[in-house]
Order: sequence, then structure tokens, then C-alpha cells
Amino acid sequence: MSKEATVLFDAPGPRAQARNRVMTVVSAVVLLAIFAALVWRFNDKGQFAGELWSPFVKWTVWKELILPGLGNTLKAAAVAAVLAMLFGIVFGLGRLSDHRWIRIPAGAVVEFFRAIPLLILIFLMFFVPNKISPSIADSQFGTLQRVLVDDFFSLFGVEINAGTIIVPAFAAVVFGLVLYNGSVLAEVVRAGVLSIPKGQAEAAYSIGLRKNGVMRLVLLPQAIRVMMPAIVSQLVVLLKDTALGFIIAYGELLNAGFNLIPANYHNNKIQAGIVIAIIYIAINMAVSRFATWLEGRGRRNRKTGGTTLGTGVGTPPAPGMSVKDRTAGGTGSASI
Amino acid sequence: MFDFSAFFDHFDEILQGFWATIRLAAASAVLSLIIGTLLASFRVSPVPVLRSFGTGYVNIVRNTPLTLVLLLCAQGLNDTLHLTFSSNSSTTYYWWAVLGLSGYTGAFVCETLRSGINTVPLGQAEAARSIGLTFTQSLRMIILPQAFRSVIAPMGSILIAMIKNTTVAAAASYAEVALVSKTLLDAPTFTGGAIPLFIGVAVGFMILILPTGFFFGWLAKRMAVAR
Repeated sequence: MSKEATVLFDAPGPRAQARNRVMTVVSAVVLLAIFAALVWRFNDKGQFAGELWSPFVKWTVWKELILPGLGNTLKAAAVAAVLAMLFGIVFGLGRLSDHRWIRIPAGAVVEFFRAIPLLILIFLMFFVPNKISPSIADSQFGTLQRVLVDDFFSLFGVEINAGTIIVPAFAAVVFGLVLYNGSVLAEVVRAGVLSIPKGQAEAAYSIGLRKNGVMRLVLLPQAIRVMMPAIVSQLVVLLKDTALGFIIAYGELLNAGFNLIPANYHNNKIQAGIVIAIIYIAINMAVSRFATWLEGRGRRNRKTGGTTLGTGVGTPPAPGMSVKDRTAGGTGSASI
Repeated sequence: MFDFSAFFDHFDEILQGFWATIRLAAASAVLSLIIGTLLASFRVSPVPVLRSFGTGYVNIVRNTPLTLVLLLCAQGLNDTLHLTFSSNSSTTYYWWAVLGLSGYTGAFVCETLRSGINTVPLGQAEAARSIGLTFTQSLRMIILPQAFRSVIAPMGSILIAMIKNTTVAAAASYAEVALVSKTLLDAPTFTGGAIPLFIGVAVGFMILILPTGFFFGWLAKRMAVAR
């Protein structure tokens, strides 16, 4: 029992210590009881049987099922992260443009994709091109469609066959992730640039730089330091969201754990789920740790005028919300 | 390409899907708020067992994909361990989806609330202690009311993210709007209705999300603690 006082309670006296000890015992008993009930249920349903757990100590299971799944997860996450960052910079700066005809469409795109669930976007990318491409192929845009797919989208494995487009699950997951996370990152970029004090831009203009120079040489370098933690914690969200590929049968880690392994090893879904969860938690915790470290570093050595956008606090508000005077916790979406 | 008749043929199913989404979101909103508040009070409590349980829970759940959480609930706890809520399978899947979604969202509510607790000035807690309030009393009457008021806007963001996350329940055999759309889109004959369906679903989610956002933005301004 720690004796030091925190904000909420004093260093406990004799009576409080006795009460805390009782509470400790009671809560430990309750938590253990829940755990024991679960263990008993496990045992009752034969879930501790060795054959359900032993696959995870076999190298072949790791080599042929789990690691390829992990590879696919990381591949989708890496491609989507790079493209989402590009999308975010283009649309984030687009929203800051002085020209209304750039600012308004960029804002509309960002707000639209942030308001739609990611899974629906993945469905849009997976099912819809296949359904509508035959009728486009018959119209005057048929050639344009074929050229676009052959010259660009084929990079992601998209195929076109006699006018019908087939989007592989990998491409659908990546495109969905890019549209959604790119829009969130666009808001992060905008918030980052806006957080730089006005004097910086004014000073840059006064020494004769143009808009391009002010943004490229003065604002962006400072803004990137400010928004780095928010970007990295958005990458955790992106990595977690690759698991949605499970629903359209993309062969990623969750698919390996929840479909392939149980199908081969006595339907051991719980066991596989636990092992897969540990892998996800380890990766995500490492990335989150990195974000927290970046945030701490950004707060310690101040080479930028803006306030560091935190991992949860200070990230842009959800769609529909415009709180100008930010309240204590910011309006951050807490990387959910 | 824009065959709205194919879309309106299935309009009833889609509306039912949205109704299922709303039912899931409403129940999860209430439950996740309860779970989150409970976890936050665990994490600041003087009892070390509860503190470490709260920390462990938040760290584990926050770093697990929601799809995996819901799959473990529906296919692990329900189908394999047969921990069911009722003999009717759709009711059971509904409650497991609610429980999984609110267990996941609760971790985020907890973290937000904790950041709200940090904004309550030290003097408030000291004053509460000096008039003899116990930990539970000062948390309930002094700290939490002020903490809640300062985190209304981030709570709104979490609620909105939760409404969007209801679609993931499609993986957990719960027939909400994403699963309804997937079933429709899986049919090879449903070609012209694809874009109208997407527009309909997008508009539906905007109808759910944008007013929620405006409401919480308004509420946050109204309830802001003047310091």
C-alpha cells in the first residue's frame, strides 16, 4: 500500500488503511471469482485440451499461417500509411488554400469520408467497381477506365477483364484505409499548420517569401514536429483497422487466426484468438510507446511555436463538431 | 448504373438494418459510459488491485482490433463456451455485440474521463478532503461532475466513432446495416443498385452522426466549466 497522498485521497490513516485493505481483498476476490468462473467454463467445454493449444508451438503453423497473415497485415498497413499520409498532406493543405475553388472541394471530401464508417468505404471499394464497370465500359468513358486501371490501379492488383473490374481484397482494404485515415490525417495536418503562431507566417512574408515558400520553408517544418505524435497514433488506428479486411476475406493476421488455424486444428477459435490478440497488442503497444516518446520529446525541446498535438488530446474534432474555444481535454477523437 | 428501383426494392431491409444499428448504438452508448466511468474510478482509486486491473484492461482492449473483440465475443464466448443470453440466437448475438462494443468503447471513455479528472484543479480535491469527504464521496460529488463537464466534446467524438464502429458487428453475426448491404452486394444480380445503396447508407450515417456532433458541440459550449 503506497502511503503518499495523491490528488484524490490523503495518505491513509489507520481507519482508511483498514478500509482499503478490506476493499483490496473484496475486489481481488470478485475479480478472481470472475476469472475462475471463466476458467471453469473453459475446462467444462474442454478448451484446455492440449490439441487446441499445441498448434502454437509448432513452427509450421507460424511459418505457414500466422507469419504470412502478419506479413499481409503489415503490407496493407504500410502501403495504406504512406498513401494516407500523401492524401492527408494534399487535402489538409488544400483546405488551407486561399482559393475558394480548392478549399471547398477539399473540405467536402475530407468531411464526407470522415463521416462514413470505414467498413462501408471498404465495401464501396470492394463491390462497387465490379458492379458498375460493365456499364462504364459501354459508355464513352470505357477507354478512360481501361487506361486508368491498366496504368495505375494495376499496381495494387486491380484487374480489368472485358470491361469488368475485379478489385482484390488487398486493394479494397488499402483504398478504404487511405480514404478514411487520409481524411483524418488531413485534419491533423490542418490543425498542425494552424497551431503555428501567426507571427511566423507574417515574419516569413515580411522577408519576401511567397505563399509556397512560407508554407514549405517555415510553416510545414514546424508543423510536422507538432503533429508527429498525432500522426503516429493514427497509424496505430490504421494498423488495427486492417483487421476489417477479415470481413471481405483478405488473408491478414485475423483471417489466419480466426479462419485458417481453427479450420485446420479442431476449431480452436478462442485459443487462436488469444494468440492473435497478443501479437496485435504487442505491435500496437510498441507503436503507441513510440508516439508517447515523440510527444514527450516534442514537449521537452521546443523548436516550434505550436503546441504539440497529443496522442489523444488536441486531435481534430469529429465531423459535425466545431468547438472554437477548445475545452480542457480538447475535442480529440482519442484515436478510437 | 443508377438504378434506384433496385435500391427501393430492398428499402425495407435497409431501414431494418439501420434500426438494428440504432438499437446497437443506443444500448452500447449507455453501457460504455457506465463501463468507462467504472474503469476510470478504478484507475484513480486508492486500492492497488483495482488500479492495476483498470490499467491492464485499458491497455489490452485499446490495442486489440474491434473486429477481434467482437469475434471473440460472438464466436468464442458464445458459440464455443455457450455463454448465451437467451435461446434465441439473434437476441444473443445482439447482446454480445452490445457487450463487445461497449467493452471496447469503455476503455476509450475511461481514458477520456481520466484526462478530464486531471483538469479538475487540485484545490477542489483538497477542499473536498478538508471537509471530510471520503474518496468515493469526493469522486462522486466533486471530481466526476466537473470532469464530465470538461470532456463533453471528446466524449461526443467517442460516441460518433462508436456509432461508426457498429458496422464492425457485421463480423459478429449481427444483422445491422453493413451486413444487410454486404448480403445485397454479394448477389450478382444487384448491379445497378450498388451506387444508390452506397449513397443511401452514407446519407443514413450522416443523419445519425452530424446531429450528434452538433449536439455535443453545443452542449460542450453550454456546459463548459468557467475557471
